[in-house]
Amino acid sequence: MNASRTLRRLAGALLPGLPTLLAVLSSCVLFVLFLAVQGKPAWQALQLVGEGAFGSWFALENTLQRSAPLMLTALCVALPARAGLIIIGGEGALVLGGLAAAVTPLALPHLAPWLMLGCMGIAAMLTGALWIGLSGWMRQRRGVNETISSLLLSYIALALFRQLVEGPLRDPASLNKPSTRPLDDAYLIGTISDSFEVHWGLVAGVIACVLAYVLVRHSVKGFALAVVGGNVRAALMIGLPVDRLILLSCLLGGAAAGLAGMFEVTAVQGSANAALIAGYGTSGILVAFAARHHPLAIIACAVLLGGLEASGGLLQRRLGLPDATTLILEGLLFTNLLLWEALGGRLAAWRLKLAQPPVTLEKGALQHG
Amino acid sequence: MADIDLSTFVLALLAGSIRVGTPFLFVSLGECLTEKSGRINLGLEGILVAGAMSGYAVACMSGSAWLGVGAAAGVGLLLGLLHGVACSLPRVNDIAFGIALILLGTGLAFFLGKAFIQPQAPMLPSLALGAWSTAERVRSALNINVLFFVGVALAFVLHWGLRSTRWGLMLRLVGDHAESAQALGYRPLRVRIVATAIGGALAGIGGAYLSLYYPGSWNEGLSSGQGLMAVALVIFARWRPLACLWASLLFGAAGAIGPALQAVGISSGYYLFAAAPYALTLVVMYATCRRGRTLGGAPGELSLTR
Amino acid sequence: MSNVDRRNFIKLASIIGLGAALPLSRAWSADAPLVVGFIYVGARDDFGYNQAHAQAAAIIKTLPNVKVIEEENVPETVAVQKTMEAMIRQDGATLLFPTSFGYFDPHVVKVAKKYPDVRFAHCGGLWQKDRDPMNAGSFFGYIDEAQYLNGVVAGHMSQSKKLGFIAAKPVPQVLRNLNAFAMGARSVDPGIVTTVIFTGDWSLPVKEAEAANSLIDQGCDVLTCHVDGPKVIVETAEKRGAMTCGYHASQAALAPKGYLTGAEWNWETPYRAHVAAIQSGAPMINFLRGGLKEGFVKTSPYGPAVNAPAKQQADAIKAQMLAGSFVIFKGPLKDNKGSVVIADGVAQTQTDIALESMNYLVEGVIGQI
Repeated sequence: MNASRTLRRLAGALLPGLPTLLAVLSSCVLFVLFLAVQGKPAWQALQLVGEGAFGSWFALENTLQRSAPLMLTALCVALPARAGLIIIGGEGALVLGGLAAAVTPLALPHLAPWLMLGCMGIAAMLTGALWIGLSGWMRQRRGVNETISSLLLSYIALALFRQLVEGPLRDPASLNKPSTRPLDDAYLIGTISDSFEVHWGLVAGVIACVLAYVLVRHSVKGFALAVVGGNVRAALMIGLPVDRLILLSCLLGGAAAGLAGMFEVTAVQGSANAALIAGYGTSGILVAFAARHHPLAIIACAVLLGGLEASGGLLQRRLGLPDATTLILEGLLFTNLLLWEALGGRLAAWRLKLAQPPVTLEKGALQHG
Repeated sequence: MADIDLSTFVLALLAGSIRVGTPFLFVSLGECLTEKSGRINLGLEGILVAGAMSGYAVACMSGSAWLGVGAAAGVGLLLGLLHGVACSLPRVNDIAFGIALILLGTGLAFFLGKAFIQPQAPMLPSLALGAWSTAERVRSALNINVLFFVGVALAFVLHWGLRSTRWGLMLRLVGDHAESAQALGYRPLRVRIVATAIGGALAGIGGAYLSLYYPGSWNEGLSSGQGLMAVALVIFARWRPLACLWASLLFGAAGAIGPALQAVGISSGYYLFAAAPYALTLVVMYATCRRGRTLGGAPGELSLTR
Repeated sequence: MSNVDRRNFIKLASIIGLGAALPLSRAWSADAPLVVGFIYVGARDDFGYNQAHAQAAAIIKTLPNVKVIEEENVPETVAVQKTMEAMIRQDGATLLFPTSFGYFDPHVVKVAKKYPDVRFAHCGGLWQKDRDPMNAGSFFGYIDEAQYLNGVVAGHMSQSKKLGFIAAKPVPQVLRNLNAFAMGARSVDPGIVTTVIFTGDWSLPVKEAEAANSLIDQGCDVLTCHVDGPKVIVETAEKRGAMTCGYHASQAALAPKGYLTGAEWNWETPYRAHVAAIQSGAPMINFLRGGLKEGFVKTSPYGPAVNAPAKQQADAIKAQMLAGSFVIFKGPLKDNKGSVVIADGVAQTQTDIALESMNYLVEGVIGQI
């Protein structure tokens, strides 16, 4: 029957999203339970989360503004993950990239804004790429585990950043808040428009994710990366330059994180200082894993995380809940998202079942052998 | 520069390394156990913070610091169990889940801990090994917390246990080659869950040390990445419990040396001092790894080393 | 893998949110009370910087026809800009107190330019007449006066003639406190030395505890500090039998035996001034400063250990400060490397701009920046 077949087709199409939906539902339930058990207004809290994330134009701006850097730092995890690496050092790449962008105008003569911004972007991306590339290089050269090395490099990067910003690169006029020299007004990146108060970093993030998607899904290089990530031996057997491909994925990922740093410096802070260390790299890891490293899903997950962050303020002001409430909701959401992944194996079986038309036996059909 | 009394400096450094290194000891021993069974738990940072908060809270409310330690171990056990069970499910990435657990553990700790930032909890006792001395600084340097000795004993117990007992062998087999373990009738998943839970409990105790002894206070900035550092530490120590002990002291010294040097007047580049243990671990990893062999001594089933 | 379900959730959430957003209109009714917003960079009850602000905010809450909204743990990134905007747009705030130093540039400036009808009173003293918007302003207190008195008391009480100062970063505001403390002690006995340890950041409990222990190991018997949360330092000192002078707020409860006195903020004074100004329709007070005399700072009551000569001298100097006739920074003043930083005959009163860019350690301080 047509109705049941379309229904089955619909169910089959929606099935991949089932774990996500279940995860969101279960984390909402757990969140409500957690608050209710303590006598806090749980249901209102959930409503406020929705309202603070997407409930008004301002809320939407708030959400998108906070999600902008997350798209780029998530790519820093997702691109190497394509090649089978787990890199968690995006924070280090971001801050060093931001620092590089902040000091580029000091090293170059006065240029037109577009040109200077381009140079700053390139400097930031190169620095970030080098930093993450170092992890990848150590892995290929000596088998050093990239998760641990990227984590250690991230800590080292933060220490280096602090030392440089408060030492040799410090602007003497930045007395009580050590920073690099503030950027000229011409080199600052503004918002997209007066009615849409989100800076251009959002556009860069979306474009980067789309480009990553095209690279990963629709290009030969991307396919080669996937082969490397899936089965290194097979890749070697068919003659793929595994070392170079892995290094490429790390360089691209690091460049994305470095670019995020550049936008933070030019669009938000105006110079490089300790406020750059804001945990964007760590949040990016979560976004990447939640999106299962799919570049387009990263956009959605980044917006989701940005929305949760944006709603935190309302929870504090309206209900007197502590700021940690947002952390709990995020923790619940991401643990649930990862847990419901376990369904994934079953999904394939269910999908097959749904795709097959139901067998209707005619009376007596079986007796005919 | 003030008179640099070398003996005082060395003594202070030793005392500092024990003080700062004890949480590293517990967390790394716990992670060592977990990783030996073939699982990695990056969520230790969250478990550490949750343990610190719950230990402090229970100690405040009950008046007994040891009860607080017990509570911290319990909370750590539960969170470790969560990690263990979750990662036993198919397709759940243990590194990703560990990071999500950091968020959850930290969030719960901060949320429930708001009420405990102000009150003071009873502190854990320490052994006054330096009572023989008349110099206050010697006495306080040798004032070592009981938990440190517990940790040292634990390191030896783990070392002996992993080598010479049946459960130790089973654990190592599960971590090296799960198929053989299964062929022998062991249940790798169950063993890993238990190991992760116990690892979590130890991390919780490490957290309780932070809040109930040193620095001896609960606030939101208590941990500065010690949980994650412990993971690097375990690799630095090549999954050997006794090496974890020395490495913890080393990392503790690295944490204590900055202030100690400044106290005698040497104060420049203190950020770089803070980064020294990380750089050291990286250098050691680079120097000792070989392509193809990855990390010698690594459990075969560990997702890090495949 | 389809993203349909994530997008569906977002749509659903926004519908919930929009529905819940409707009752907001009550915030804009004509006879609404004055809505004042406070923004803290850390936790409110840290026995230190943020608590000093929160305590004063609690007093403002009791004023008639005033409603107070607060948010804590807001980092110095785009988050604080959105927080301020949220307070204005969602809660109708017309007077904001962003209390962390690092909020001003660029965040408060940006948001103040966007909302000219809202007043932004920043704590930190950075507002400049021809550069910053007129609806913004800054206030700060000369707490170094109270630190000088700390030093006087410490100088009397110290047996070893060695004092310890644990500082976060070597920025002018910290150095001013450090130097005042050291000079106060040396006014009692010129042979007293103060050792300084920089931890590197405003809140690092383990480093602060280590620093306290190191200083006590080196023989210091009175400690004070300039970090966001002095709780750890005070408790560590008390455990080891050293004396302490408090900072930011009173930590007397933490050290019943060893607490001598403390340098506390009295933010109630500038807060009341700003609230009164807006309620009476007076123009925005752009620059508000004061010390002991104006009631911006205060000293803690003396602890049980303080002896009579210490109280006498400290009270005498305090009387001079209250009368406005005491100058802390006056020549001839040498730094700890031997060069002259204030020439003979020159007196830098508290409002002197030169003090805002202090970059030396006075004679008698062991350490370097």
